[in-house]
Amino acid sequence: MCGIAGLIHRGKSSNVGSELQGMLQALKHRGEDSTGYALYGDTDGKNFIMRFKVGENVGEGSSSIMEDVSVYDERKKVVDQTLAEMGAKVVKEERTLPYSLRYEIDYNVKDLLEFSQRIESIPGVEILSMGKSLEVIKDLGNAKMVCDRYSLDKVVGTHAIGHARMATESGVDIKSAHPFWGYPFSDVSVVHNGQLTNYWNNRRVLENKGMRFMSECDSELIAVYLAEKMRDGATLEEGMKASLTGLDGVFTYFVATKDSLGMAKDTMAAKPLVLYESDDLVAMGSEEIAIRSVLPQEIDTYDPFDGEVKVWQI
Amino acid sequence: MANLKTVSKKSKAQSMGMHTEVLTGRTQQKFFNPDEAENFYYFGTYDVDFNKRTELDVKDMTAPEANKEIDNLMSQGYGTIVIKNPQGKHSLGVGILNKLNLIFEGSLGYFGMGSCDGPIVRINGRVGWSCAENLMAGKVVIEKNAGSCFGAAIRGGDLICKGSVGARTGIDMKGGTIIIGGDAGAFTGFMMQRGRIIILGDVGINLGDSMYDGTIFVGGEIGSYGSDAVDAELTSSDQDWLKRKLKVAEIGENFDVSKMKKIVAGKKLWNYDNLEPTEKKGAI
Repeated sequence: MCGIAGLIHRGKSSNVGSELQGMLQALKHRGEDSTGYALYGDTDGKNFIMRFKVGENVGEGSSSIMEDVSVYDERKKVVDQTLAEMGAKVVKEERTLPYSLRYEIDYNVKDLLEFSQRIESIPGVEILSMGKSLEVIKDLGNAKMVCDRYSLDKVVGTHAIGHARMATESGVDIKSAHPFWGYPFSDVSVVHNGQLTNYWNNRRVLENKGMRFMSECDSELIAVYLAEKMRDGATLEEGMKASLTGLDGVFTYFVATKDSLGMAKDTMAAKPLVLYESDDLVAMGSEEIAIRSVLPQEIDTYDPFDGEVKVWQI
Repeated sequence: MANLKTVSKKSKAQSMGMHTEVLTGRTQQKFFNPDEAENFYYFGTYDVDFNKRTELDVKDMTAPEANKEIDNLMSQGYGTIVIKNPQGKHSLGVGILNKLNLIFEGSLGYFGMGSCDGPIVRINGRVGWSCAENLMAGKVVIEKNAGSCFGAAIRGGDLICKGSVGARTGIDMKGGTIIIGGDAGAFTGFMMQRGRIIILGDVGINLGDSMYDGTIFVGGEIGSYGSDAVDAELTSSDQDWLKRKLKVAEIGENFDVSKMKKIVAGKKLWNYDNLEPTEKKGAI
């Protein structure tokens, strides 16, 4: 089933980590195999923030293979070595969990493709997000569990999207969890509720064009599809509108960039979405109770219609 | 156990071995005697007084707790109940088989007022997916917008949304009336079998797709017609009925119904002219 939620504050920052946690926790009955956050925090914009994993959470319910922690240490060493070889300086390093790391990197390059390919050529290493504002945090469990594990409730920023997952198409693991980074574009993330039926056809085409897939989760296609459109010069909104016919199946998805948040709904309107929009805040989710967690007072909400695409700026 | 009765004269289909027996036995249908007053009431319903009014704050209640409390209040004879702080909770007000004035001061989540028979309900907010699903009788008025599958499979009663509604409004409906003050999404009236839908605004693609029967009236633009949905003549009696219905519904009283479009089933999808299966196969 899965649940998605997102919000964007216009013209101000807020405690988006805590707000999104409340929204996703309200949707936990839609799935709590894994939960993911894409948070756009307030930063000075100088350094890249790279969230990456060197292994999987092999806790209860995981479909991943158990590995010794020493393997993670070895992979981390290779990552550090590769970064040094590329001239990327690690300014700050955090290892929240043995398999999950956050680096602030001083690295002056616009094209992240080569950078990402080098890092991900290390077996077992996956970049969850790369950007100057975006941080993707995803792990097994419900929203509160993930929030507590990574101390996300203190994150201040302008906007965020998130996902509560009931695994249906692929495994219960971090690599199949949402949000997906719009590889190799800085600060692009996607969450999706639904099922894409032309996943393999599109994947073959996109892989032939040099795009990368890290999982077998159909939702990852949306991130890669939009990234490919933008690589060819389309704006985010143009890419999203193209997806209404380019992607087959049922979907409601959110996409976020460093300064915008968008939603798209398939032409059959088969997946739910409730939206609240005001001058200073847009909040949306699979169910109204998600919005109620940040706006408990009586508000006007609506369901976007079939084939609708909307994009908001901060 | 049902008796098996052999049919002596075989039809064409039977001679092909498709079926050779018919089932007979005791009918499941209940026959009501008008003299037996108890047959007009469901078991467990209450004699309520509409002038006896109370309020119920459900802010800190789960949906089952709130619904049980509504039932409890009805058992005490309360005929008018005002629900405070519904806050988008799912499945509120379901399964009420009673005459009752029910007012929600706020919005409901999914499946609000599902499987009801008889209550008069006003929701001063929005409703989520599948509001009033399987409504048998009564009236449900929503002051703001509604989600998808609004009035799915209703059998009777009036379901009124003063704002706009999502996709598949009136899907599989078998009776009753749905009235929309704003716009409606795609697949409105999908597979409807009976009843009427009135939309004063625009409607999305595939209107009345695969409808068996029933009537849809549209005041605005139509995105596209679904399979087998066709235009029909808007008669004077249709207009009279529309005026009366909109007035009673307190919605679009001054709406010019003479310009509305009337859509019905073309009856080409299911109304086969008694062809045998082998003949249908040949026709395809």
